[in-house]
Amino acid sequence: MATSTTKALAGDEPPRPSPRPGGEGTARRRGALWHRLDIKGAPYAFVAPFFIIFAAFSFYPLIYTSWISLHDVELATLDVMEWVAFDNYVELWGDSRFWNAAQNTITIGVISTVPQLMMALGMAHLLNYRMRASLFFRVASLVPYATSVAAAALVFTMIFERDFGMINWALGSVGIDPVDWEADKWPAQVAISTIVIWRWTGYNALLYLAAMQAIPADRYEAASLDGASRWKQFIHVTIPGIRSTIVFTIVLSTIGATQLFGEPLIFGQGPNGVTGGADNQYQTLGLLLYEEGWKNYQMGRSATVAWAMFMLLVLVFVVQRVIKRLRSRTS
Amino acid sequence: MGTLGSLRRKAVATAAAVGALALVVGCSSGDDSATGGGKKDGKVTITMGMYGVMGIKETGLLEQYEKENPNVDIKAEIAGDEQTYYTALQTRLAAGKGLKDIQGIEIGRAKEITETQADKFADFSDVPGTDHFLPWKESQISTKDGKVLGLGTDIGPMAVCYRKDYFEKAGLPTDREEVAKLWAGDWNKYVEVGRDFKKGFKGGDVAYMDAASGLFNAMVYGYPEQYYDDKGELIYDSNPAVKEAWNLAADAAEDGLTAKLRQFQPGWDPGLANGTFATAVCPAWMLSHISEKAGDANKGKWDVAKAPKGANWGGSFLGVVEQSPVKEEARKLVAWLTAPEQQAHIFKEIGNIPSSREALDSPEVKNAKSEYFSGAPIGQIFGAAAQEIPDKQVLGRKDGTIKDTFSQGLALIEQGDAKRDEAWKTTGERIEKAVG
Repeated sequence: MATSTTKALAGDEPPRPSPRPGGEGTARRRGALWHRLDIKGAPYAFVAPFFIIFAAFSFYPLIYTSWISLHDVELATLDVMEWVAFDNYVELWGDSRFWNAAQNTITIGVISTVPQLMMALGMAHLLNYRMRASLFFRVASLVPYATSVAAAALVFTMIFERDFGMINWALGSVGIDPVDWEADKWPAQVAISTIVIWRWTGYNALLYLAAMQAIPADRYEAASLDGASRWKQFIHVTIPGIRSTIVFTIVLSTIGATQLFGEPLIFGQGPNGVTGGADNQYQTLGLLLYEEGWKNYQMGRSATVAWAMFMLLVLVFVVQRVIKRLRSRTS
Repeated sequence: MGTLGSLRRKAVATAAAVGALALVVGCSSGDDSATGGGKKDGKVTITMGMYGVMGIKETGLLEQYEKENPNVDIKAEIAGDEQTYYTALQTRLAAGKGLKDIQGIEIGRAKEITETQADKFADFSDVPGTDHFLPWKESQISTKDGKVLGLGTDIGPMAVCYRKDYFEKAGLPTDREEVAKLWAGDWNKYVEVGRDFKKGFKGGDVAYMDAASGLFNAMVYGYPEQYYDDKGELIYDSNPAVKEAWNLAADAAEDGLTAKLRQFQPGWDPGLANGTFATAVCPAWMLSHISEKAGDANKGKWDVAKAPKGANWGGSFLGVVEQSPVKEEARKLVAWLTAPEQQAHIFKEIGNIPSSREALDSPEVKNAKSEYFSGAPIGQIFGAAAQEIPDKQVLGRKDGTIKDTFSQGLALIEQGDAKRDEAWKTTGERIEKAVG
């Protein structure tokens, strides 16, 4: 399949006049053909492995998932499929758990992404100053990112534990009643967001830092000659200078937030993790997908959730494009 | 130019071939030893997958077997949480990959395995020397056409574990005979004692019991039929046994008699270690968990009293995967591990009650006392409780899932998220989703 694709791609190329019309003899013409194939064909050959793997591991699963989502299938008996057309989608639309999970995904996404990116900006700004041991701080900011989700979530689960956790102990020492971090909706979502923020802030800060260092120094000089304070410089020079990086991190974080899974799963542990708490108070779409597929063993419904998530992401980006276009038209 | 061209053509072909190879590697299915075990140079490797504290590895039985059979090498992997373990097992059974030669099967999953996966497990009905089990235990893992998919390890007769020191502080009797008399014959009395405990206890923030779900399970498992009837129909919403257990557990939750913990979840273990509750309904296999997590500091503070009513909560089986390359050796190992002597050994070491009649009758089991639990005669207590287990026990396909869902429903009441009727309705809806 791979070979034929490459050949087909190379062969589909429209015939063009030989670069040197009126060449002498067939050997030369054949050489020119190879040359052309080389120029036009080689790039396809070199990008082919990625697209072949993409087809096998992304495109095919995507199509297969949509096929499964139109069926009633159980995990234990994957070979027995019953065609139900769009029943799964209709059911999902009317399922309060889906809307609850979608809402949780958005709220957890917002309370983890917004503070995370703001803190990363501030951190990058500080790291951008000349200071001692700056390399140490830059490397240290990446350490949380290098920690595995499982390890981080487990540690935070203990820290946020109701009866003997560190946070409640600290709250207690200043006279605040203990909070049941796992059982109550907002505390649980805040706790999960904390894990996300802890892991990703340093990573984003380094992205910002790299972009900040590409801003020409003379802009800052000009700004300070004009009497701009450090804060004014940050707002009027730094932020516009790294705008595209900020957009990039927002896109990355949005995708990350939509797929939020490991942190809430481990935060709840056991059956409670799968359902996102006894009251589904922190069940994200990722967890709902997992619950349907690997607790209820309903692969059809699970695949439906997967497609709904995919379509939500597409929707978000379409809306974002539309807003962008409208704004550029008005300005 | 020609040679250069052919060289480039080769490069193109190579790149394409690499891509194709990646495809082939990605999609190739199954190698010779899909279960990890196998034979090599006269040495047999057997892999095992287990969960929780089944006592097989913990008490050194595997090493003993390896010593007695020098050509056998056993690799055991133990998952902490059964739910996680079973999910992985289901996925692997569906894929036919990543399985172990021997797989543990929890009682709540037994029906689902016998109904949907019977062809993937080896038959034990013709293995000699395996007729020493309690009859109901073996029937739980047998298919309709007489195939036996595994052999029993332990069973879960019930008692109540309690803290003597807390009972004393609450002005209640501490002697295990007298304690048992307080609630003899009726779980309602057990909750009633809790109200007295709450009134009488001076000296800190200690709840009467760990979790409402523990009480619920103990009551439900005392009946021959729980969530399914013997025709395989779901009856959880009409079975009076379930409703009665739900109401009493909800009473306990609403009266603040529970520590609002979730058993085997984070919070429960530190609760044991720090003594935040005075009693826990304990199937025999829970003793090892309590003694391990409550630790040496609490040794002698715990005791065991007879439960109000008999019931069977939990218990496991060991099955052998049909596609295992060392099926014969694995079946032999399972038969040995579940033989009366080995079951008695596990009981002596960590307190898991044998599912073997012969082991239950052995003096080793009958006379066993637990040093950790104030020298309680656990052999007698649990042995007698095992006699009270209903002879008929109907299992259902999704027993495990339904049990978990009920536990979460009770947690809703404990956490104050819902009133009991609302929580009952939510639980019903969730079960519909899970089994439908």
